Parts: sequence; structure tokens; C-alpha cells
Amino acid sequence: MGIIIKSDEEIALMREAGRITAKVLNTVTASVKAGVRTEELDTVAEKETRLYGAKPSFKGYRGYPANICVSVNDEIVHGIPDKRVLKEGDIVSIDFGVIYKGFQGDCARTVGVGVITSEAKNLIETTRGALKAGIAAAKAGTRLGDISAAIEEYAESRGYSVVREYTGHGIGRQMHEDPQVPNTTKSVLGLIKGTGPVLKKGMTLALEPMINIGGWETKVDDNMWTVRTRDGSLSAHFEDTIAITDSEPEVLTSA
Amino acid sequence: MAKKETIEVEGVVVESLPNAMFRVELPTGHKVLAHISGKMRVNYIRILPGDRVLIELSPYDLNRGRITYRFK
Repeated sequence: MGIIIKSDEEIALMREAGRITAKVLNTVTASVKAGVRTEELDTVAEKETRLYGAKPSFKGYRGYPANICVSVNDEIVHGIPDKRVLKEGDIVSIDFGVIYKGFQGDCARTVGVGVITSEAKNLIETTRGALKAGIAAAKAGTRLGDISAAIEEYAESRGYSVVREYTGHGIGRQMHEDPQVPNTTKSVLGLIKGTGPVLKKGMTLALEPMINIGGWETKVDDNMWTVRTRDGSLSAHFEDTIAITDSEPEVLTSA
Repeated sequence: MAKKETIEVEGVVVESLPNAMFRVELPTGHKVLAHISGKMRVNYIRILPGDRVLIELSPYDLNRGRITYRFK
């Protein structure tokens, strides 16, 4: 299908969009503490984004009602900010994107509120590591399935499971472009190592492993957005927007 | 923001059937019956056994699909 290759000029704009996304997200994650309502984090993101002259990209996307996704504990992705108050020991995944000069940045981080269990800490570190492993595999000349396999291998070899029904994606002028980037090789849905489109310089992808302590199965809340683990186990989520280059992949969402 | 999976897989055409239908083998070894998308018909893109193609599967019936792209 149409994987859109970006020129050096377009990548330069995506670098700016990515940098703003990462900077805003850093400010939001720094605001995570016990007693804060998740909707306050949404306000922080919106105000901060305006300072950079960018526009939050999630609000209105397929009817999504907020600027960020805040997914707490067993929530995997697409948690909607509301009056819920964060408490000591929670883990909070924040997913955020901006549009700047016509291009998108998309980025997610999971952080703990105050002191968290070592179980939760290990989950967060593993998810961060899985994203890193995926990025390391994203070199020109390899195939998309090599990214999926690297992410899955990293997480499963450490005893965690990988969410299968949600994927990373191509990104550019649109938040979701081709290809979708699975985090798994399992079932008809995944991409096996050595299969899928060949990666080329100028492709821009958002990699986003979603990793659970328990099983990979998910369910969606009645609000039709919030995705959580079916078994109630903790879940973490990290995401970066990257560009494929002739050498090492470039992380565009770095602050 | 994570994308909800739509099922899109790459496969190899193993057999050409009447009515622009094809049997396509997926990397998993699974074989599906696939028809060719309207856009490809309009552009007269010919598909032969051995071609690598991209197919979209319906989550409701994993045995049937739609060919959306032929790799060169």
C-alpha cells in the first residue's frame, strides 16, 4: 500500500513536531503526582502545546474527546482524562501528539506515582526496553516484521505478554498512515521476522509496544475508548516517532 | 495514539480461480480465498500465481480476503 516516503525537508519538520511532542510530554509526566486529577494533566498538555505554537492532535480524532490519553494501571491505552485522582503506587501511561507545520508527532511514556512496587517498575523498564529493541531493529533494508519480532522477543523472553489488537503505525501529515506496525508475530494478525515491507530511508513510523504483566487479551470499556487488560493485570506503554535513515534510525520525539 | 488493528497481511498467490478470485497463501501457511479490489480491476493490474500481494482480511471470516496491492 502507500507507505509515504518523506523528503529531508519533511523530516526536518517532523523533527520539530517530534521535539515539541516530547517536550510537552516531559512537562506532563513531571506533573504526575498523587492527588492530581487526570483532567489536570490534560490542561497542562494543552497550555504547554500552545506555547510552542503547535496544536494537540488527538482531540477530535475519530471523536476522541481530549488532548492526551491517560491510562492508569490495568488500562492499556486510550484512557480518557477525567476527575479521577491519581494515588501513590499507580502507574500512568500518557500518550500525546501534536500537529506542527502540517506534520504530526506521537509519543507515549509510562511513569509511576510516588513509590511503586518492584513488579510495576520492572514492567515499565521492560516496556521501555522493548521500544528500544524495536527502534534498534528499524534499519533500512530490513523488513517491518523484524521490528515486530524484536519487540515481542524482548518482552516475552522476560515473561511479559504483548498486546496484539493494537499496533504502531506510519505517521506524517496524518497521525495514522500505512503501514501498521504490529508488536507481535503471533496469529494471522502479526508480522513474522523477515516478512512485511522493506524499510527504506524516509519512512517515518510510530513504534508503540503495549506490554502486560498478565495475558495479552484486552477489553474495551463502555465509553468505547478505554482499553484495559482482560485479566486486570498492569499494563505499560511507550511510544516514539522515528525516521528510517541510511544508518541508525533517528528518534524524532526526543526533547 | 495506538491504532486498532485492521487485518492486512502479505501473501503469495498460489492459484488463479474463475471470476478474478485467487487462492493466497499467508506466511503462517494459512490459505485464503481472495478477490481483487475494485481499484485494481479498473487499472487492469494482472495477478499471476507466484505474485506477492497484500490482502485485507475480514475479522469475521479469516478464510476470505481482498487483494489490495501487488508487489512488483
